[in-house]
Amino acid sequence: MKDVKCECGHVNPHGTILCEACGRILEEHEREKQLVDMRYEGSARRSQTYNKTIVDKIWNFFSSVKVGVWLIVITLIASALGTIFPQEMYIPPVMPAEVYYEDQYGWLGKLYYELGFHNLYSSWWYLLLVASIGISLVICSLDRVIPLYRALKAQRVTRHEGFLKRQRLFGISAAENLEESYEKVKEKLREKRYHIREEDGNILAEKGRFSRWGPYVNHIGLIIFLIGGMLRFVPGMYVDEVMWIREGETKVIPETDGEYYLKNDQFILEVYDKNKDKEVFSEAIENSGMVAKNFQSDVTLYKKKGDSIAGEKPELEKVKDDEIRVNEPLRFENFALYQSTYKLNELNKMTFALTNKQTNEEFGMLTVDLNDPKEKYDLGNGYSVEVVSYFPDFEFDESGEPVTKSRIPNNPAFVFKMLTPDKPEGEVSFVAIRQTIEPFGDNTYKMAFKGIDTKNVSGLTVRKDLTLWIISLGGLIFMIGVAQGSYWNHRRIWIRKVNDEVWVAGHTNKNWHGLKREISIILENTGINEPEDQVQNENKESGGS
Amino acid sequence: MKKKRLMIRAVILLLLGAAVAYTLYANFTKDDVQKAVVGEKAPDFVLEDMNGKKHRLSDYEGQGVLLNFWGTWCKPCEKEMPYLNNQYKQFKDKGVTILAVNVAESELAIQKFADRHNLEFPILKDTDSQVMTAYKIGPLPATYMIDKEGKIVKYHTGQLTEDMIKDLMEQVKP
Repeated sequence: MKDVKCECGHVNPHGTILCEACGRILEEHEREKQLVDMRYEGSARRSQTYNKTIVDKIWNFFSSVKVGVWLIVITLIASALGTIFPQEMYIPPVMPAEVYYEDQYGWLGKLYYELGFHNLYSSWWYLLLVASIGISLVICSLDRVIPLYRALKAQRVTRHEGFLKRQRLFGISAAENLEESYEKVKEKLREKRYHIREEDGNILAEKGRFSRWGPYVNHIGLIIFLIGGMLRFVPGMYVDEVMWIREGETKVIPETDGEYYLKNDQFILEVYDKNKDKEVFSEAIENSGMVAKNFQSDVTLYKKKGDSIAGEKPELEKVKDDEIRVNEPLRFENFALYQSTYKLNELNKMTFALTNKQTNEEFGMLTVDLNDPKEKYDLGNGYSVEVVSYFPDFEFDESGEPVTKSRIPNNPAFVFKMLTPDKPEGEVSFVAIRQTIEPFGDNTYKMAFKGIDTKNVSGLTVRKDLTLWIISLGGLIFMIGVAQGSYWNHRRIWIRKVNDEVWVAGHTNKNWHGLKREISIILENTGINEPEDQVQNENKESGGS
Repeated sequence: MKKKRLMIRAVILLLLGAAVAYTLYANFTKDDVQKAVVGEKAPDFVLEDMNGKKHRLSDYEGQGVLLNFWGTWCKPCEKEMPYLNNQYKQFKDKGVTILAVNVAESELAIQKFADRHNLEFPILKDTDSQVMTAYKIGPLPATYMIDKEGKIVKYHTGQLTEDMIKDLMEQVKP
């Protein structure tokens, strides 16, 4: 576990491949290669030898790029699987999830549910995958950026011959008029905005080193992004709820601690009209029949005045009237209410007439408020109707009994008792939509259906997101990192006198063609030969033979 | 050097591990957030019963309360109603009462249901879902046990058996 001292005197950490200062090859097996691996400057980035303790083992696991890539691939596959069937939060609340998936998608759906894919994005293993990517990002970056920084900081102007020789761009020229050539070269390097360092007549020209930090800046952005995502789980930071509100109804807005109330004055659904709207729309209207133009809820926002406890009629103060349209939410404090869904024509009232079945004579009408029916409706002249039972969302259960599926009047049914002067004990009739049952034999009277009154219901999304700025900041830093790493290149040119020769080597982290062109311009008319591309030459040779 | 490296790595891993653990914990408890929390004071409310009498939760301090949220369409609610009724009779003189909050149904539906099951305990009408929202009620039935200091000692969702109810009510007996 000792540090490695190079011939040049520089002390390198254990595991270093190329001396940080002079570039001499420290690892025996690297010597056999024609070119050195310049990734991370040959620094000691992953010391497999530090593999003694559990901490090192965990560290080395996450430090592997291979592991990181696999984590990303697995997460991608899992995320894709989650989109095959709708997630639990998006399935209609008609039946429990365990029934719904099998009912809709058969055995595949059942499997989907049992494997927990119905709630994939908040399952522990999915979160663990994302978290592992985060950990991998942090550790991979730390394990590479610190040695890289050290190596780039420690690099000397004079590089070891074995290092120069094994650079991709390398060439040897005879040294004539060296003084003059050097001046020309330096001038041109300066023109190209190279940073020049000199030592014993050797030159290191470097530019764009900061582009090497691009990937790490990018990772910092990603980590901030992930932290933003994590903060969504912190209470009070993020709210995303659906609120159903009928026309005319006033309701407390969830997650506002009972502070704010909303009244739905009206829900509007507008469609394009062939005759009224511009002609350009007419074809689309013809093709698809009905095209929605606007979904809108006219609402009034109230704030509770003073203290009241839940259930007490609160004293409300009007804040404002607003029209909520798609993408035009109602905003207050940190909340936004979005128009997200609707239900047209929910049954609200039903009107019946007490009628003699034979003569069709009517003895008065009654209107039942389906959200608050009365027990008894007096029609005068000794005629009255009692509601014996009411099923707002009626169906027959397994034993054939009428039951209600919910409290929403989707399919109302009644058991009426009709009291008339000639039938003082009353006649019982079961009345549902398009269905009448007379359980105790043939009745003289019936409840004739006269009409309905409906209301629209708005579905609003209540949203609050205090993490958005963190997520945006992460995204911005991410993009800065991307730009930094892709629009700039880290280029280095070494010029070294070796006996009577001039050795030139070049390295860039990307865009070799650009570096070659730049070197060719710099060395033009200086008497120093352009270095050759050893990778290209090798390819040519092997291609030719 | 080696010691230092081990320390730094251990600290970084611990920090990352703590962040992950917190995220997982927060994710699994997020549905309970802001809901009336076990161990804390039950949010106060005032609601009318079927006879128009007002019941304020804080007025019941000094006795135990079984607070049940239910709906007439909910099968498990219906199943546990007779048990609740029996235990109500047993415990009413022992300082434990039952308050059954119906979630925003029509008076008629509640009345017919109460008549059918001969329910004796007070049934409170949460007409505009305010109390339901304050307690963040999800699936029904939902039952809270509140002790004589007004603190929630237990929360249960799903159908209760008569033994469970008896046991719960014993727990909050003053």
